[in-house]
Amino acid sequence: MKKYIIIGNGTAAVGCIEGIRSLDKTGEITVISEENHHVYSRPLISYYLENKTDLEHMKYRGDSFYKDNSCKVIYGKKAVRISKTSVTLDDETVLKGDRICIATGSRPFVPPIAGLDTVEKKFGFMTLDDALALEKVLSKNVRVLIVGAGLIGLKCAEGIHDRVGSITVCDLADRVLSSILDNDCAGIVQKHLEANGIKFLLGDTVERFEGDFAFMKSGKQVDFDICVLAVGVRANSELIKAAGGEVNRGIIVNSKMETSLPHIYAAGDCSEGFDASVGANRVLAILPNAYIGGSTAGVNMAGGDAAFDNAIPMNSIGFFGLHIMSAGDYSGVCSEEKTENTLKRFFTKDGYLRGFILIGATERAGIYTALIRDKTPLKTIDFDLTKKVASNLIFSKKIRGKKFGGVV
Amino acid sequence: MKRVYVNEEWCLGCHLCEYNCAFANSGLRDMAFALKDKKIFPRIHIEGDDKISFAVSCRHCTDPICIKSCIAGAISKVDGVVKIDRDKCVGCLTCVLVCPYGALAPAEDGIMQKCELCLNNSCGAPACVAGCPNKAIVYEERGEEK
Ligand SMILES: Cc1cc2nc3c(=O)[nH]c(=O)nc-3n(C[C@H](O)[C@H](O)[C@H](O)COP(=O)(O)OP(=O)(O)OC[C@H]3O[C@@H](n4cnc5c(N)ncnc54)[C@H](O)[C@@H]3O)c2cc1C
Ligand code: SF4
Ligand code: SF4
Repeated sequence: MKKYIIIGNGTAAVGCIEGIRSLDKTGEITVISEENHHVYSRPLISYYLENKTDLEHMKYRGDSFYKDNSCKVIYGKKAVRISKTSVTLDDETVLKGDRICIATGSRPFVPPIAGLDTVEKKFGFMTLDDALALEKVLSKNVRVLIVGAGLIGLKCAEGIHDRVGSITVCDLADRVLSSILDNDCAGIVQKHLEANGIKFLLGDTVERFEGDFAFMKSGKQVDFDICVLAVGVRANSELIKAAGGEVNRGIIVNSKMETSLPHIYAAGDCSEGFDASVGANRVLAILPNAYIGGSTAGVNMAGGDAAFDNAIPMNSIGFFGLHIMSAGDYSGVCSEEKTENTLKRFFTKDGYLRGFILIGATERAGIYTALIRDKTPLKTIDFDLTKKVASNLIFSKKIRGKKFGGVV
Repeated sequence: MKRVYVNEEWCLGCHLCEYNCAFANSGLRDMAFALKDKKIFPRIHIEGDDKISFAVSCRHCTDPICIKSCIAGAISKVDGVVKIDRDKCVGCLTCVLVCPYGALAPAEDGIMQKCELCLNNSCGAPACVAGCPNKAIVYEERGEEK
C-alpha cells in the first residue's frame, strides 16, 4: 500500500487528495495542516467580512471530506524538513512516505518599512485567522490604511467597507490592480472604487510609520487606526530548497507537477509552472490552477499519467457590483469594444488570441478563455463577430456539433 | 448518462425553451404569474443569427473545469450532474470565465445558477426538451463514458 504525504491543506491539497483517490482508493494519505481549520476557501475571507458567507459555507469541501477520502489530517503542525521518503514536523515527529506533495501556498510579503514595529494594529490578509483578527477591531469609526492596491488589498477594502469609518489604499504602482489591468482599465476600476468611498494614494508608498501615522514618500501624512499590509505574496518554497531541489520564484515543476527531486511533487501558489499564454515559467497564484495542479500531481503520485500544460493567468473579480475579468497576456495588438459602461479589450498576436480584459461585460467569457487555452487559430473562426458578445456562432457547424451534440 | 443535446438544423429560434426553463425553476404553478412582464433568467439560452439558431445549456462535462475553478467549492458533480450550491456561491463569476461553452449565467440576485436537468424540480426531466416544438433539443444517452 502506497503512503502519501501532503504538506499544506488548501486548494492544491484538496486537488491532490481527489487526484490520488481517482486511482488509488486504499493508499494511506496524511495531510499536514499548519492552519487549525478544516479546509476553507481562501478567497472567501473578504466575503466573510462582508457577511456574504459564513464559516460553515466557507468550507471548501464538506465536513465528511477527509473521512470520505480516508485521509488523516494533522492539524496545527508544520513540516520543517523533507527528504525523498520522509517529512519531519515541528515537534520532530518523522513521517514516512513514498510520494510527497508540497502544497504549502504562499505567505504575505512584509515590506521593510521603517517603524512598522511601532504600528499597534497591523494585519495581513491571507488567512481565515487574519480575517477573524481583523474583524475584532472593525468599527464604524476606525480609519483603515491598506498598503497595496492589488487583488488582495482591494478585496479586503470591499469586505470591510460597510464596517469601518474610512479606507485609504496606497500603492507604489501608479494604478490599481497593476498586475492584471492596463492603465485605462485600471482608471475605470479606480473611479468606481472612489465612487464607493475608497480613497487612493497611488504612485506613493509609506516611507516610515510612527505609531498611527504613516509618512508617505510624497510628503503626505496618513493618520489611521488600522493598517492592513497587502503588498504581495511569496511562495513557501523553503522545504524544497533546503532539500536541494530547484527553486526560482516558486518551486520549479514540470507539467506532471514533479519537482526536481524524485518522488516529490508540488502544486499551487508555492510552485512555478508553465504559463501557456507566454510560453515561459511563472508563478500563477490563482485558485483554479492550484486545484488543477494539485489534482494532476495526485494522479501522477498514484501512478497515473496526467499533465497540466495549459495553465494561464486568469481572474474574475468584482467590486461593488462591477465585474472585471482578465486572462492571458497583453502583448500583441489591442482591439476594443466599448459602451458607456463597459470596456472589452482583446490582445491578439500571430493569429491567436493571447489575452483579454473585460470590464462590466462578462457574458459567456469562457468562450474567449477557451480560445486562449486551446490556442484556436483565429482564422478558423469568426472572431470579430464575437467581440461584442461571446458566442458559439463563431465555430463551424461541425465543431458546434461536437460541442453540443456529443459527450464532452 | 442522459444529457440535453442540440439538433441545430431543427431549431426555430422561438426561445420557448428559455421560458419553460425559467418557469420550471421558478417553483410557481402559474406560468403567466411566474413570467409575465418579467425579465427572465433561464439556464438555457438561444444563440444564433438570421440563418441558424441553437440552444446552449450546461454540457455536464466529463471533466468539468467549472468545478476545478470555483473559488468557493460550490460546484460539484453528483451522479454525473454538475450542480451549484447557491448558498456557498459568492457570485465571483470565475465559473463564467472558465466554462468553454458559455453555459453559465448568474440569476437575478447575482448568484450563479445552472442547468441541473430539472432533476430536482417538479418536472423531473428537462422542461426545455419537453416543451420544444420541433425536437431541436433532446434528452438522451449518447456516447459512452468511463
Ligand atoms: C484575500 C484573497 C483573495 C483571493 N481571491 C482569489 C480569487 O478571487 N480568485 C483566485 O483564483 N484566487 C484568489 N486568491 C488566491 C487563492 O486563494 C490561492 O491561489 C489559492 O488559495 C492557492 O491554494 P494553495 O493550496 O496553493 O495554497 P493555500 O490555500 O495558501 O494553502 C497552503 C496551506 O499550506 C499551509 N502550510 C504552509 N507551509 C506549511 C508547512 N511547512 N507545513 C504545513 N502546512 C503548511 C498553509 O498554512 C496553508 O494553509 C485569493 C487569495 C487571497 C488571500
Ligand atoms: S458549466 Fe460549463 S464547464 Fe461546467 S459542466 Fe457545464 S458546460 Fe461543463
Ligand atoms: S460565481 Fe459562484 S459558483 Fe461560480 S465560481 Fe464564483 S463562487 Fe463558484
